[in-house]
Amino acid sequence: MIPLQRPRSVIQVSGVRKTYGHTVAVDDVSFEVNEGEIFGLIGPNGAGKTTTMEGIEGLRKPDRGVISVLGLDPFRQVYKLQDRIGVQLQQAQLQKRIKVWEAVDLWASLYGKKAVDAERLLQQLGLAEKRDAWFMTLSGGQKQRLFIALALINDPEVVFLDELTTGLDPQARRAIWELVRGIRQQGKTVFLTTHLMEEAERLCDRVAIIERGRIIDIDTPERLIDRHCPERTVVLATDDPKAEDCFRAIPQVASVSCSEKRLTLRGLGDDLVTEVIHCLSENRIRVTEFRTILPNLEDVFLKLTGHSIRE
Amino acid sequence: MLRGLWKLTWIEIKIFMREPLGALGTIGFPVLIFIGISRVAGRTIPPASLASSSFIRVGLPVFASLLITVNCVLSLVTIISIYREGGILKRLRATPLRPQTILAAHVIVKLALTAATLVLLVLAGKRYYPVGVHVPLIGFTFALLISTWSILSIGFVIASIVPTARFAQPISAAILYPMLVVSGLFMPVDSMPRALQLFTRVLPLTYAVSLLEGIWKGDAWLTHLGDVAALVLVFVVCTALSAKVFRWE
Repeated sequence: MIPLQRPRSVIQVSGVRKTYGHTVAVDDVSFEVNEGEIFGLIGPNGAGKTTTMEGIEGLRKPDRGVISVLGLDPFRQVYKLQDRIGVQLQQAQLQKRIKVWEAVDLWASLYGKKAVDAERLLQQLGLAEKRDAWFMTLSGGQKQRLFIALALINDPEVVFLDELTTGLDPQARRAIWELVRGIRQQGKTVFLTTHLMEEAERLCDRVAIIERGRIIDIDTPERLIDRHCPERTVVLATDDPKAEDCFRAIPQVASVSCSEKRLTLRGLGDDLVTEVIHCLSENRIRVTEFRTILPNLEDVFLKLTGHSIRE
Repeated sequence: MLRGLWKLTWIEIKIFMREPLGALGTIGFPVLIFIGISRVAGRTIPPASLASSSFIRVGLPVFASLLITVNCVLSLVTIISIYREGGILKRLRATPLRPQTILAAHVIVKLALTAATLVLLVLAGKRYYPVGVHVPLIGFTFALLISTWSILSIGFVIASIVPTARFAQPISAAILYPMLVVSGLFMPVDSMPRALQLFTRVLPLTYAVSLLEGIWKGDAWLTHLGDVAALVLVFVVCTALSAKVFRWE
């Protein structure tokens, strides 16, 4: 769904600071989240993602700054807010021996407005067969799907997902991504945190990069990459001896390195790839391999912080 | 305000019953102790003196009943600390569920458990106690529920301070069992050394024992208003205290 007018912002965070003892968890954090988008707060563990999110959910009171969600003060109007948002917490658990349907049924009874059809929700999340299973017997992916179900039970306007796919295998992770896209399709706003750059890149419309409690930059993944990592790389393999000199003549190519038959061309800007292809056809250079390497959010993070997110 | 209370209470009861060891231990333990002591006493004490032995007549039922209470408090403290450690309390708190609803549900579960165990105890007791001995069972049940309700509030204070779930059971046992020993159940408070008497007088279990013994013997409630007031005071103080120091995560 493409909004026709300027999107309405549903979350406003401005100048938020939170300290635990002498540790500053988040400092001067400001951003806005628009209606109907998937917004990701990304950064390494301990960067302040969860603190920020729990401040927005009304679970933590910031020392300084202003937060507004759907026009409400999340701390003072927490019960009013909780009726309109859905929350999945990082590393949350339920009672070991609570059954899936009991949890959904309990949650459905907690909200003022009429809940969504619980059985259909379980069906949508692939939990229908597990409705009588104890929580402790569910797999990691099933537990997360149940938590998504609980976050959606009150048909919320904004859904918060904290490190949703941490600890899941790649297959379960992909299935969860599909579910999150489905939430957006229903017109809901999704606010998520992740330390997985691939997840952010594939899922988020916009991301805010947070490091040591401060937001470094906010934009769509594509624009962040363009802005911070404009380098493009083309790797190709050829037997043609004149190839290297031809490539060096292209103005956009900054460097050419060669190992055996494989050439690696680096340069700036989107034109690089076109120019290289143009050069290949003009000089009738035969290649046996051709691929482009585009920078990703991981590279952006490395560039902005000077270290990899996994360190 | 208490939206979701009954549903949560019912779910917690079902969850409790699904944990066979926990349910059996909490309900079975007081009943087994009661039957065990009664059998031994029944064999060694001639029937004639059975009626006059005040411990067997009054002390033992009260002791067994208080074991129910202590067990309930132990189980409450353990469950609360496990829920806190596992993030369950935090998860529940991120819903419109009010914190007091979560705690109220647990208190109701424990009171129901106390009543159920007492019924079992009475059924078991029918075999060992002469027919015709009149015991005000309804009043006694009521007295036990008041005592449990009051002592559960101590449980919340303990649950607020235990560092991890692993320490929950031993710490609360170390607090509650000594209270039981000096509560006047095994030795009249008046015959204790003066210092111990003073100490005993500030312990809530002492008032629970006094109330339960009195009601069991057929005293009027009016004569035990002081005990009830003390138990209510304990509840008010401990609830206020735990509201201040209780940690959700």
